Amino acid sequence: MHAPTDIRELTEIVIEAAATGERLEIRGGGGKAAFGCDREDASVLDMRGFASIIDYDPAELTLLAGAGAPLAEIQKLVAAQGQMLAFEPWDQAALFGGSAGAGTIGGALAASASGPRRLSRGGARDHLLGFEAVSGRGERFSAGGNVVKNVTGFDLSKLVCGSWGRLAALTQVTVKVLPAPRAIESFALDGLSPELAQAALNAAMKSQAEVAAAAFAPGAKSLTVFRLEGVEPSIRARATLLTGLLEPFGKLRPMETLDAGAFWSSIRDVAALTSASILWRLHVPPSRGAAVAQALCGAETNWLMDWAGGLVWIAGLDDAALVRDAAARAGGHATLVRAPAAVRASVPALQPASAGVARVERAVRAAFDPAGVFETGRFLDMSRAD
Amino acid sequence: MSLKLPDPDESVLARRAEIATALRAIVPGEGVINKEAELRPYESDGLTAYRQLPMIVVLPSTLQQVSDVLAYCYAEGIRVVPRGAGTSLSGGALPLSDAVLLGMGKFNRILEIDYDDRVVVAQPGVTNLAITRAVEHEGFYYAPDPSSQIACTIGGNVAENSGGVHCLKYGLTTNNVLGVEMVLMNGEVIRLGGRQGDAAGLDLLGVVVGSEGLLGVVTEVTVRILPTPAAARAVLLGFETVAGGGKCVADIIGAGIIPAGMEMMDKPAIHCAEAFVNAGYPLDVEALLIVELDGPGAECDHLIAEVEAIARANGARYCRVSQTDEERLKFWAGRKAAFPATGRLAPDYYCMDGTIPRRRLPEVLARIGELSTHYGLAVANVFHAGDGNLHPLILYDANKPGQLDTAEAFGNDVLRLCVEVGGVLTGEHGVGVEKRDLMPTMFNDVDLAHQERLKAAFDPAMLLNPGKVFPSLHRCAEMGRVHVHHGQTRFPDIPRF
Repeated sequence: MHAPTDIRELTEIVIEAAATGERLEIRGGGGKAAFGCDREDASVLDMRGFASIIDYDPAELTLLAGAGAPLAEIQKLVAAQGQMLAFEPWDQAALFGGSAGAGTIGGALAASASGPRRLSRGGARDHLLGFEAVSGRGERFSAGGNVVKNVTGFDLSKLVCGSWGRLAALTQVTVKVLPAPRAIESFALDGLSPELAQAALNAAMKSQAEVAAAAFAPGAKSLTVFRLEGVEPSIRARATLLTGLLEPFGKLRPMETLDAGAFWSSIRDVAALTSASILWRLHVPPSRGAAVAQALCGAETNWLMDWAGGLVWIAGLDDAALVRDAAARAGGHATLVRAPAAVRASVPALQPASAGVARVERAVRAAFDPAGVFETGRFLDMSRAD
Repeated sequence: MSLKLPDPDESVLARRAEIATALRAIVPGEGVINKEAELRPYESDGLTAYRQLPMIVVLPSTLQQVSDVLAYCYAEGIRVVPRGAGTSLSGGALPLSDAVLLGMGKFNRILEIDYDDRVVVAQPGVTNLAITRAVEHEGFYYAPDPSSQIACTIGGNVAENSGGVHCLKYGLTTNNVLGVEMVLMNGEVIRLGGRQGDAAGLDLLGVVVGSEGLLGVVTEVTVRILPTPAAARAVLLGFETVAGGGKCVADIIGAGIIPAGMEMMDKPAIHCAEAFVNAGYPLDVEALLIVELDGPGAECDHLIAEVEAIARANGARYCRVSQTDEERLKFWAGRKAAFPATGRLAPDYYCMDGTIPRRRLPEVLARIGELSTHYGLAVANVFHAGDGNLHPLILYDANKPGQLDTAEAFGNDVLRLCVEVGGVLTGEHGVGVEKRDLMPTMFNDVDLAHQERLKAAFDPAMLLNPGKVFPSLHRCAEMGRVHVHHGQTRFPDIPRF
């Protein structure tokens, strides 16, 4: 266990690890530790020593913070200024049986933990503007910038988002912040079948209703929910548009604020499925979501979908090949989020890439981390022989 | 003008005829060009200060040909420079004397439009505007709108991560591209992304966008399309001081409003533009803002009223809201004509492209004014005010001895100033050869080494578009920029703003 508090200390730890063959598992709040294959011989590199919020100027739409800064603290800080992290990052600890609250901004970025608003505002990758990190070479380096518009050099910020700490230990991140919507209203269609729900979602997304988030929870009392955000007159106009447009699917019902909040939290946190021992997350082309879910689940209701169909969570399926094949045939991929340790020891968490892409990924990882300091075995695709 | 590019490989040059024969076996007919007169049109891109005849031009029309050409060049150790429409303002497609120039213009078809997934799949040689043209009858459009959109290609947009006046609200190319098919330097074809959200593994697509042709040759692009907003309205706002305009921009964003576009011009730019197109701009203000809102009509009306109120609270002495779409476009006509309009003041201009934290705008403009006095050259400033992307236009006369060098020195100082105040070297034009040697003002050697190793992971032999983006070891003292002489740009009909 290492818990550096400054970048010099961190650099020394990484250099030492590279020299001795020690492997480092970069960790923030630790909520996602049960993701991927269990590690036996990796030392935890606790990044919570890099927790300060360094610069926040609401008018510049940027926030510079230590990667170990608590996500909840950042969200509270920007909310107090009427702003938000628009990709709706969320603490995924509950997915793994833990309790939310300890997650860090670095952890949310490294895992690409984007919420329902990813549909309209983009994901974690679209909101990291720049960073400072220590690579597996034990070298401190920076990339990107501290301004919202920048094309200087390779966009390494995209690369570290969703990299699960396999390239570098982030120490500082500059994220884009945006004004929070002044009003949020959600509208539901009740009792639609998955096919009809998908058709309604497609129709809404093709319209000028500017739907901010759109999700479906299956079942006898299925809910198809559309979230509109903005200024009141705009929401009113778009709600009228949507109500008329979706008339063939039933009566669009405004939701009570509390009910809507609870619905979106449950969708984001996958609350209905967290008791299952196996949980998959599928990224597919949005129009294919319901079809893929039904092909895999039949009439069961062990799934839900977000991002207008682009994100499907499925619980309980243990045939990895079947799930991954279905995702791939639809043009997407499947992530094994939660499973018993024995399953995680043989089924890779991330859908294996094509041979060509896998080769490039290995070369990229080796470029940042030639000694494999951050290769803990978690992803069952070790880039060094052992 | 001198520019240090990688030393030509004499052994490659000696085999020029043999290489052309081999390439003709891959791309038959007129797809291989090696006569000097026919190579001439390819000697430069939008950065016309630099010209270099390529060794051979190859114009493939199939994926297999691209793959075979690259595999052949890889095996033979021949450098390759990819090219779209050649509109780069930073020299991204500048040829090398010993390199094959790979023109992707024949990849000009839209392959698929899927409204349910809200994507267009296009070949890289399709122009930016053609994507919108293909879907607008169904009420859709492609959001990134670089000013050269009638000519620039989507493949070039991917290479440069192109922006436009609407990118504060709708993002750059990188936020609107979902997938690519590309060929690596060794000829291998890979697909990155798709039509869905995040990547399965590393987000390689994210680094390919904006990689300026250094990582691979894109052969297919999947972009997100959006429903066209129901309405758009713009307001013109005039201020007595630049600081007043800057404060208004900050207050608009502070009020939670992200306009579709928010542009600022300083007094010289206002006067040039107004004299050029009679847009109806007020001439007695120091700063002019164009703020455009889009969305449902009710939203535009509501927010325009708020913007007006914010502007008046900030002492705006001029305020005019567009009443018709025609009037709105007239507001923009002046702004879009700002670059060529400077021709009324001086025969040449040199366009810069830095981004700064917006709060530093008054100070940066004041210091640019001091530099203007110091160097004895006038400057007009246009500014993508919402995102801090500053385009100072340095005015000079290339026919006066020394003025070109002076303009370049001035420009370098402006970019250093952008970095010094916490900004960056380029907001949307790319590094290319133009800002290559200024990269060390923003990144140290370790930073740059991490980027160059990423390049090597894709292209270990460093054969793809060498000499771009990264500073050369043997730097020349003077570097060229976007020089426009008497309005004679390479693409005089393409708007530049």
